[in-house]
Amino acid sequence: MTQNLVITSSPHIRAKDTTRSIMLDVLIALCPALIASVIWFGPRALLVSAVCVGASVLFEYLYRKLMHLDMTIGDLSAAVTGLLLAFNLPSSIPLWMAVIGCFVSIVIVKQLFGGLGKNFANPAIVGRIVLLVSFATPMTNWPVPLSADAVTGPTPLGVVGAMAAGVDASSSATAEVIALPSYLDMFLGKIGGSLGETCTLALLIGFVYLVARKVITVTEPLAFIGTVFVLSWLLGADPVFHILAGGVMLGAIFMGTDYVTTPTTELGRLIFGIGAGVLTVIIRLYGSYPEGVSFAILIMNIVTPHIDNLTRIKALGAEGGKKA
Amino acid sequence: MLSIFDKRLKGVRAPHCKNTMDCATQQMPVPDKVFICMSQHMGPPCDVLVKPGDEVKVGQVIGDSAAFLSAPVHSSVSGKVTSIEEIIMPNGTRTKTVVIETDKQQTYHESVKKPQVTDRASFLAAVRNAGLVGLGGAGFPTHIKFNPRNLNEVDTLIINGAECEPYITSDYRTMMERGEDVMLGIQAVMKYLEIPNCIIAIEENKPKGIARMQELAKGLSGVKVHPLPSRYPQGAEKVLIYETTGRVVPEGKLPADVNCIVSNITTIAHLALYLKEGIPLITKCLTVDGGAIAKPQNVEALIGTPIKDVIDFCGGYSKEPRKLLMGGPMMGTALYDDTYPILKNNNAILAFDESLAETKPETPCIRCGRCVRSCPVKLMPLRIEDAFLKDDYQGLQEYKVNLCIECGCCSFVCPAKRQLVQTNRLAKARLRKWMQEQNAKEGGKK
Repeated sequence: MTQNLVITSSPHIRAKDTTRSIMLDVLIALCPALIASVIWFGPRALLVSAVCVGASVLFEYLYRKLMHLDMTIGDLSAAVTGLLLAFNLPSSIPLWMAVIGCFVSIVIVKQLFGGLGKNFANPAIVGRIVLLVSFATPMTNWPVPLSADAVTGPTPLGVVGAMAAGVDASSSATAEVIALPSYLDMFLGKIGGSLGETCTLALLIGFVYLVARKVITVTEPLAFIGTVFVLSWLLGADPVFHILAGGVMLGAIFMGTDYVTTPTTELGRLIFGIGAGVLTVIIRLYGSYPEGVSFAILIMNIVTPHIDNLTRIKALGAEGGKKA
Repeated sequence: MLSIFDKRLKGVRAPHCKNTMDCATQQMPVPDKVFICMSQHMGPPCDVLVKPGDEVKVGQVIGDSAAFLSAPVHSSVSGKVTSIEEIIMPNGTRTKTVVIETDKQQTYHESVKKPQVTDRASFLAAVRNAGLVGLGGAGFPTHIKFNPRNLNEVDTLIINGAECEPYITSDYRTMMERGEDVMLGIQAVMKYLEIPNCIIAIEENKPKGIARMQELAKGLSGVKVHPLPSRYPQGAEKVLIYETTGRVVPEGKLPADVNCIVSNITTIAHLALYLKEGIPLITKCLTVDGGAIAKPQNVEALIGTPIKDVIDFCGGYSKEPRKLLMGGPMMGTALYDDTYPILKNNNAILAFDESLAETKPETPCIRCGRCVRSCPVKLMPLRIEDAFLKDDYQGLQEYKVNLCIECGCCSFVCPAKRQLVQTNRLAKARLRKWMQEQNAKEGGKK
């Protein structure tokens, strides 16, 4: 009897989640912050985001096509990278610079290392760092929220950094410009900064969504944010300010949970979060850059293979530890 | 984050699909022909004891082996042996099969009578004579399992009624329909093997089964029912022992080394039947389900019945089947046609249509760690795959691929649809070969 039966090794059923569905969940989780960015920084925030997503997908398409590789734009990972990179840029950035950032992220950091799953560093983070060191001025010109006419001002962290550097905050001429925003303004995102990082509320909504959808576990974000809070408090800085300011929320929730470039075990993720938190606070308080989240995550990305090796799980009933 | 401190074993929330839970077992009529396979247990196949032309009766031994790891094979029908054929088993091995044309009379052989059981030796002999093997799927001869070297140290009998595989409900039907037999069997094992405690472990998705077992176990000292979380693979031996007793079976050891004996619940019910009436293992309750079966139900079929006859009894195929499984969807074996006979350790026949037959393409690993979080024996499948692809045998040893229980959780959860457990199977085999080669090399040096 001839029957057209498929023979495969078990299991014969698979869970519904796919790489694409996970990436789609991340994109959905980023939407509240995207909406917030448009509210605070106007339609240009949307334009920068759209250009970054479009350019990232295009670069991935062209690379895979030219190199005769499987087409992977359908997994949506390039779109996620593009949107995350946009979130790390000021809304006033010249668009051609943003496109260069996308090229660095997608082609250099991701595809040259073998594409999705093989890159050792977070593409969006490296894209942002390259832009920051290449185009320091446009990358640190922060539009003031709700200002129609491209007024720029410092970020809260920039203010604190300037104070620390010895600018006389008490002189009446500068006090107005560099007054620190209220916690409420910081929580809602009505502060200067990269377009997607300012609204803590929106990012937290995304966080809850990702945890509820089981895309991420709470380990790394809580460890990261908690470490920044505790350490900045121990070192005499304002802990609430430090978790609300800059890219801690965006970094902890969306960049430090990137599967590819962070540890795979829960213990490893805890270590990653604590390490990134410590580095962030040290760079902020003692480094010459006012913000350190990107560098902290990049450094932790680099040590991730070592964390993975140190946090191997012992199999049930296995003899000995790690040795063969 | 709490999961770092969570000592419970993982697993996956596989869909239950226990559609046939309330389907009482239907007796299947005697088929025209049965095909009784000589390899229905773990260990060397039996030798055929009959020849073409012989008349056989129900319960007559038609295959046996002098090997340690074996169990006799009985005729499930009365009739005439027409031929001895060789068939290719789903796992690729060839084995002899006795083909019997049935006379539909089902007359019992004179050996079928209540056995004389007085002590441990006669009890173990009875277990062997019943032809019992582990009916949960592995087919390990029961009389060997019941007689470990350290039998006197064994303090717990664990009855496996977890039935964690999706779709399958045959063990549940055993609980509901043959509960008294289960208790009889348990008492006999506890008595003759002198085991003081018995834990009947059942997944929480069978509340009626738990209630029924609790009710029947009321008067029995040392017997208790342990509800398990509904999480695949609770029924895997090592996982089950850990969940019910907290004991961890060390690498390379058996359950008896942690003073446990684990037995499937249906095996125990069949044992009781043999002790009561002398009827050996000649029938099997099967769940027949899946999207391509017209009338999904539970069926009691004679061992050796062709799968096609069983499916015809269940109304035939409702759609063109594209995948036919012996066993559950997580660990069952895919068959390449439906003429295979029912074996002792079959507990389900599942037929699926196109929708479940397609294989999704593999995409790159995104290191999400789901496989690590789902592994019930705490392996790291993504690292094993990595080591395997690099031919890194030392890595395979370090990551303990040999401890993989092949439950399939890693492949099930993988969003990149990677063939993780399949890789583990290959890796286990290659690692074994590599270690033999290494040992040979070292031996040569000396």
